[in-house]
Amino acid sequence: MNFDLTEERQMLQDSLRRFLRDRYTTPVRNEILESDSGMSAKIWEELAELGVIGALFTEEQGGFGGAGFDIAVVFEELGRAGVVEPFLDTAVLGGGLIAALGNDDQQAHVEEVIGGALHLAFAHGEPASRYDLNRVETTAKADGDSIVLNGRKAVVVNAEAAGMLVVSARESGDAYDTDGISLFLVPADAKGVSMQGYALLAGGRAAEVTLDDVTVPASARLGDAGKAFDAIEERVAAANVAICAETLGAMETATHLTREYLGTRKQFGRPIGSFQALAHRMSDLLIEMEQARSSVILAAGHLADDRKSRESNVSAAKNLMGRTGRLVAEDSIQMHGGIAMTQEYELAHIAKRIVMADHRLGDTDHHLERFIALSAA
Amino acid sequence: MDLSYSDEERAFREEVRAFLDEKLPEALADKMRRGEELTKDDHEQWHAILNEQGWLAPNWPREYGGAEWDAVQRHIFEEEMAAYNAPRIVPFGLSMLGPVLQKFGSKEQKDYWLPRILSGEDWWCQGYSEPGAGSDLASLKTEAVRDGDHYIVNGQKTWTTLGQHANMIFCLVRTDKKAKQQEGISFLLIDMDTPGIEVRPIVLLDGGVEVNEVWFSDVKVPVENLVGEENKGWTYAKYLLTHERTNIAGVGFSQAGLAAVKRIAKAEMAGGKPLIENPHFAARVAQVEIDLMAMSTTNLRIVSKAASGQAPGVESSMLKVKGTIIRQEINDLARRAAGVYAMPFASEAVEGANVALPDPHAAGPVAAQYFNNRKLSIFGGSNEIQRQIIAKTMLGGAQ
Repeated sequence: MNFDLTEERQMLQDSLRRFLRDRYTTPVRNEILESDSGMSAKIWEELAELGVIGALFTEEQGGFGGAGFDIAVVFEELGRAGVVEPFLDTAVLGGGLIAALGNDDQQAHVEEVIGGALHLAFAHGEPASRYDLNRVETTAKADGDSIVLNGRKAVVVNAEAAGMLVVSARESGDAYDTDGISLFLVPADAKGVSMQGYALLAGGRAAEVTLDDVTVPASARLGDAGKAFDAIEERVAAANVAICAETLGAMETATHLTREYLGTRKQFGRPIGSFQALAHRMSDLLIEMEQARSSVILAAGHLADDRKSRESNVSAAKNLMGRTGRLVAEDSIQMHGGIAMTQEYELAHIAKRIVMADHRLGDTDHHLERFIALSAA
Repeated sequence: MDLSYSDEERAFREEVRAFLDEKLPEALADKMRRGEELTKDDHEQWHAILNEQGWLAPNWPREYGGAEWDAVQRHIFEEEMAAYNAPRIVPFGLSMLGPVLQKFGSKEQKDYWLPRILSGEDWWCQGYSEPGAGSDLASLKTEAVRDGDHYIVNGQKTWTTLGQHANMIFCLVRTDKKAKQQEGISFLLIDMDTPGIEVRPIVLLDGGVEVNEVWFSDVKVPVENLVGEENKGWTYAKYLLTHERTNIAGVGFSQAGLAAVKRIAKAEMAGGKPLIENPHFAARVAQVEIDLMAMSTTNLRIVSKAASGQAPGVESSMLKVKGTIIRQEINDLARRAAGVYAMPFASEAVEGANVALPDPHAAGPVAAQYFNNRKLSIFGGSNEIQRQIIAKTMLGGAQ
């Protein structure tokens, strides 16, 4: 047993942490948050050059990582710095799905993603699907050599910046069938694609995407007709490892800021950390942090396992991170007091990242139920 | 033991409902339901309607133009206001300063300031907290130095709620630096238009601007604006805080919030069924509802004690702690219920621009409210301070 990072991952962690500490300061991030695009193209480019995106793909896919621990190392650092750029959407989900299912022509896009030149968005969830991955009502109908797509996709993160959307649509079966779901590569400017964009509370942007008789060639399909669900589930598992690691990094920052504050803020003539009520609360957070780290390690370490083991560990982690994340975010704010309620203080953003992570790809309750179902299976 | 309202109390409740049915502007109730920020005009409109009815100051004696209701009537009124999604009465002039002036102010001060609070001529804000004096309020440093018939005020206040709308601020200032902390504080009324005052907005984590920093630099305040005696301000401040704590449990807000959670969870689908039918989510809702039922009765027990003339002591601290825990839990449920649609910022809608919310269930900015209401357990004496008060009272010397 060895819980140390490999030398390569350690180097990646060090260089990424250093880069983000220098470049992704609170004022810089606040400027990004207020910008129209909700991200910095410059920082995206620099991070791509640093190899951050390449680390999320395997060597066969053109990268130099791609395993659960690579994803975890990268996203923990992104989370620590409160990065809002859409690495999850462009790389882990969009790029990952093309890498998993695409033919040689389609794989070329992965190279563009790794180089930082192409943004992607995964247009999968729908207004009525909540966190159910198998619920797809958007339709794909063959029309000669073409496919016609119709439907609406909900809260598609990074849709406006994406050159291409990875769209799920149903070719057969009922709304909740896992069979019959296909993925299509749709240029974002295709006729019939419309978007209503908006900022997200924790940074970045998303859009409601409407597909109105969007016509693509059959060659836009990723993989076999109606057989995309397994790849979607696997990529969402990888994305959840990323989200959990990101949340862990953000929690590290939240607890770090809180420890500092407890030591320096004085009320009643002494540091507030000397009050036992707060000291014990802080201790509880630090205990939960260790649990959170172990949970992320479990999910990352089992990402390449068979479905049941992979999904159980991922759902366990997402559930635990949802619970401990809420605790850490709320208690960190509470122990700070009013200062943590202000936009310009770093913790405000970090706390939003932590809590809103629960709303992506399944929340605490969703993954608890999933864990129960997987255990019973 | 009789758990029901008396005939008179029921008749009073009907009267309140009839008034709200008739007079509460639909547009205001809609804004409240959607969790949008109210403008100054919105608040003033609603205050004027209440004032016309004679209900703007439920706790003031009739001689000052109040409704002079007892604690049970006020409770009924607050509960119905929340159930109808009526805007809350902005408390600074009406529930905070008014009672202090009535008890400690001079005749001239009462005659001049009280009618202006009712008419809306003055919008008051509260100058208590400072950057270094939060939970430890008595350590405040803003100082007022007597100079002939004026005080010269220097310092900084913070967390001044709705200070951007205010033309007047009541402040705790230090007038004796040598005395024991609590004994060197005075209570001053300051015109916000006086030269040397600067108001800087603080953007909160939900993007909203409701609190401010207020800076004082050589601000001249006439001595007749001193309330009561010099260096006795702490006594008045404590008196004010007991009034700030009426409706501290926020039962009405919680009930309205729980109704909103159920509304969202009925519309939101999970696994092909409405979320409200999901056993796990339903259990979460039921748990809070059970807590709220009990707290509502705890609140009534304390309210009816107060109505019979006994001043609530440690119980108001208990209500603050439990009440805020329940309200925050309801905010948490609302964001959970909204699912992925909790993610949009929705500030466009909050600010009233013509951008339709993407939310198909009109859940509104539930996540923003969740974050905003983290303040509930921080302000007005944080929950840690309340627990300390409870411990001191109940455990005595051991603390």
